[in-house]
Amino acid sequence: MYVAVKGGEAAIKAAHELLADRRRGDRSLPAITLEQITEQMALAVDRVMSEGALYDRELAALAIKQARGDMIEAIFLMRAYRTTLPRLGYSQPIDTGKMTIERRISATFKDLPGGQILGPTFDYTHRLLDPSLATDEAVPEPQTIEQAEDLADEPMPRVSDLIAGEGLMEPDSAAPQYGSDWDEPGDLTRKPMQFPMERDLRLQALSRGDEGFLLSLGYSTQRGFGRSHPFAGEIRIGEVDVEMEVPELGFAVSLGRIQVSECQMVNQFKGSKTVPPQFTRGYGLVFGQSERKAMSMALCDRALRARELDEDILAPAQDEEFVISHADNVQATGFVEHLKLPHYVDFQAELKLVRRMQSEFFKANSHKDADEEQEAAQ
Amino acid sequence: MQDQHTIAADTAPGIGADELFGQSPDGLTSDQQARQQRMSILANAPAAELIRLWKTMKLDPGCELLRGPETGLVALRGRIGGGGAPFNFGEATVTRATVRMEDGAIGHAVMLGRNHGKAKLAAVIDALATDPAMEASIEQAILVPLKALVAERDKTRAAETQATRVNFFTMVRGDD
Repeated sequence: MYVAVKGGEAAIKAAHELLADRRRGDRSLPAITLEQITEQMALAVDRVMSEGALYDRELAALAIKQARGDMIEAIFLMRAYRTTLPRLGYSQPIDTGKMTIERRISATFKDLPGGQILGPTFDYTHRLLDPSLATDEAVPEPQTIEQAEDLADEPMPRVSDLIAGEGLMEPDSAAPQYGSDWDEPGDLTRKPMQFPMERDLRLQALSRGDEGFLLSLGYSTQRGFGRSHPFAGEIRIGEVDVEMEVPELGFAVSLGRIQVSECQMVNQFKGSKTVPPQFTRGYGLVFGQSERKAMSMALCDRALRARELDEDILAPAQDEEFVISHADNVQATGFVEHLKLPHYVDFQAELKLVRRMQSEFFKANSHKDADEEQEAAQ
Repeated sequence: MQDQHTIAADTAPGIGADELFGQSPDGLTSDQQARQQRMSILANAPAAELIRLWKTMKLDPGCELLRGPETGLVALRGRIGGGGAPFNFGEATVTRATVRMEDGAIGHAVMLGRNHGKAKLAAVIDALATDPAMEASIEQAILVPLKALVAERDKTRAAETQATRVNFFTMVRGDD
């Protein structure tokens, strides 16, 4: 039980002023600008947008600055901000097949239509600290290779479509009945969670889930806790167009573009009573350049399909309620951190209880000791 | 997979049978298509460049704000596996505005972000462009340069990206 406390206004005000002072730090240094954060701490901004579940680079940069670089605090600020805005509508589903590619790799097919494109990656770097970055040394312009005209419009089919023709790859999801549309997807921000959960809601929860939590769970599936034999079928990062239907116009318009990371994890599946052996997939889709998160999400998505695919649920990563209930770091930090708020009345009650139990324990023991002494004497 | 961009014209509000005559393959009239393109170009434009180009037109029309500019959220949707059933995966800030010009022309704008000035200006440009007398000059002075700007940026990015295209070779095990 939590009993409210009063008072402390002056101290709280002083603490917040001190926070503002420490946030600003040494006044002889220039204050960091939001543009500097969005440009030079871009992946931190992406993480805050992704787990804050709100795409707005400038707001994410502001949140990071306000939170002194504490990512979960920044994510909390984004979530709080979004509650102040009205919902104007739902976008049309983005088409990642039409993505303006910045990176696209496959670990399963060497020569795939559209090619393997590394993009701005940390892969293959030596992870040696670079002293030149300690100063403002000029950075050369990136190399360019003009695309041949006929290649400019070269499609980049999803890797999952390449072997789908052979019937070796499961389809994206069960198609709606002929003549009807897909079901309206669920929305966690509108209705409280209930278990068991459909895959659309799970993906929404995973997409905003904590990167570290999903990474560790994904890792656990690879180490044998819910074996899933994954391959990174495809990872693509780039910009997609967001379209929304405007009711008063009667047609959809482009609202602009967002950057997303998509991961198709391909898993061997030995089949079930009704389904032949084939490859199944886990899917990851997150804001910005967040490849690790997209991969972790895809691993978790696949593990959580255990019920649907008639697999034994033995490992933590396959436990839907466990994973989804604990993936949200704003909820997690709220419950963990509330422990530091005053619990004086609560603790007084426990103190009294433990005092009583302890005195009863000693009383009982002293009786026992006395009895034993008596027995020994006899 | 059905085409999500197709909007059944007979269910779209405000479209009379006359307007449907000579419709495009996706069921929109040529006016609607022009507006769809225009609004998309304006939404995707960098705000500073939009304002700079607007100033070159040296116009100062009076207008009344019918709605907004107001900022809200659009729930973003993806598809399971890339092409399957839709799911919600986050939200984005979005700003919209609707204006009425002195001659009664209505203009709309809706775009990602929170820039009220840009949304209002885009709505004004949209309204002005519904006037056949203005359409061509707006196209030339604002829309064509904005489209070219985005295309140029995409081309540069594509060229930078192409420079990182890789060919992996499979090594035979045991080869020295």
